[in-house]
Amino acid sequence: MIAKRTIPLLMASAVGFLLILTYFIPQTEQWGADAMEMFIILAAAAMVLGAGNLVMMNLAKVSRRSEGWGYAAITLIAFVVVLVIGLLKIGAHGTAVSPANAWPSNPVQEGSPFWWIYQYGLVPLTATMFAMLAFYIASAAFRAFRAKNVEASLLLGTAFIVLLGQVYAGYWLTDFLPADPGDTAWSQFLNGLRLENLTQMIMDVPQKAGNRAITIGIALGIVSTSLKVLLGVDRSYLGSAD
Amino acid sequence: MLNYLRNLDRRIVFLLMGLAVALPILFKLSFPEPVPEGSQPYHVFDQIDNLPDGSRVLISFDFDPGSQGELLPMAMGFTRHCAQKHHKMYFMCLWPLGEPFVEDAMNIVIGQEYPDLIYGEDFMSFGYKPGAEAVIKNCIVDMKTLFITDSRKTDLNKIPMTANIKSAKAMDLIINISAGDPGTKQWVQYAATPAGIPLVAGCTGVQAPLLYPYIPNPLKGLLPAIKGAAGYEQVLIAAYPEMGAADIVDSKYSSKAALQRMGPQFVAHLLMVSFILLGNFIYFYDKKGGA
Repeated sequence: MIAKRTIPLLMASAVGFLLILTYFIPQTEQWGADAMEMFIILAAAAMVLGAGNLVMMNLAKVSRRSEGWGYAAITLIAFVVVLVIGLLKIGAHGTAVSPANAWPSNPVQEGSPFWWIYQYGLVPLTATMFAMLAFYIASAAFRAFRAKNVEASLLLGTAFIVLLGQVYAGYWLTDFLPADPGDTAWSQFLNGLRLENLTQMIMDVPQKAGNRAITIGIALGIVSTSLKVLLGVDRSYLGSAD
Repeated sequence: MLNYLRNLDRRIVFLLMGLAVALPILFKLSFPEPVPEGSQPYHVFDQIDNLPDGSRVLISFDFDPGSQGELLPMAMGFTRHCAQKHHKMYFMCLWPLGEPFVEDAMNIVIGQEYPDLIYGEDFMSFGYKPGAEAVIKNCIVDMKTLFITDSRKTDLNKIPMTANIKSAKAMDLIINISAGDPGTKQWVQYAATPAGIPLVAGCTGVQAPLLYPYIPNPLKGLLPAIKGAAGYEQVLIAAYPEMGAADIVDSKYSSKAALQRMGPQFVAHLLMVSFILLGNFIYFYDKKGGA
């Protein structure tokens, strides 16, 4: 019980309060840095755990021949190939510091097989994934973006202004309005109606104000949750209910 | 006709969107990109440009290939601007797949366009480090226990640029190019605010609304998505016309990459607006019993 719950609880509490302390007392900065160093080591170790988990999950899927096992097999093959090439630095050449030794070379050294996989495998694949969003957004815009009520109409109006204000169409459509705000209230009002200015106003005023309110709310929530964890009131992160 | 539109096959929508993006690229369609005075590209430009030549700038490439379409032009723009001003550039990345972009910035942009700059004296790279915000937090306390060597495995004490630097507090400016977490928000929380280091950033379109609340303090300037990058390129070329030279514009990392990408964005946005209008026209027509 002590090893499983009390010691982790005390460790979390001590490190948590230490990090808060470092924010207010510069003399304790180095202690905080040491604690964060432990976190960085754990984060690196977590990558190993994550990789192990990926292998186990996909191996189980392949061995059970469960639905989509072919994709799991591809994931495993890709994982092993990239891991072996990357870890063993296959095809990498020496660096300026140690010309005869490839071990200290950059993992993505230009011209190496690992670089080739990155450049001609990963880059186009991930770029394609993101590019596909445009197609789905276009389809959703046509099918689902309806002015069904006041809120939806406001959202639609805002989307219209921002979509057009982000490209040259915005300038072109409202080019007849004065480009210079001038000195009079009327000319400033007309200038503010230009789509590029309306877009900027939406981003700078209602959007920023709303987001700030949400951010402050979230921050307050984090403070209260963190305090509960640090004081040991909330122990759910330790696993089973207390 | 209306019935056809009502049940429009989604593949037609996909095809139209594909054409809206592909045709402007194929025909190199481009439009003027006016940058209003006092807008974000000017804020970002001024932060970098107003620093005395040779200032120390930490540049973090926190993105991966998925976001390179939006972020790479501004990343290379930042690199060019700092190189032009002879600022000392300290590159790093918190995303594992961001490191090749750092290498390209050093080897291709700096290496080909600013051959007089020397690695270790004018620019260097810490490389990638796992740990996200923990890395940022430790950067402002002690960089040398965090990194030990640069990305080329040279001891930091043997590199002229880093020999006398203890932490990121020695930097005059931090530039962050961010595709998510860890990114600009973490640099605001763990570096710019506690250490008081000025920060400018470039981010993806979806991130921009979340980062606006940090402007103007501690975020001194923000380039939101490709539109922000295009504005920044425009301001850069106006200030340094040599960056608009044909060989740089036609190079792998063109100095007008973002401006060129505004063409497809223009047509795609118009198509989106048309889809929304058409969808709503059908909706209201049906609602009034037109069907």
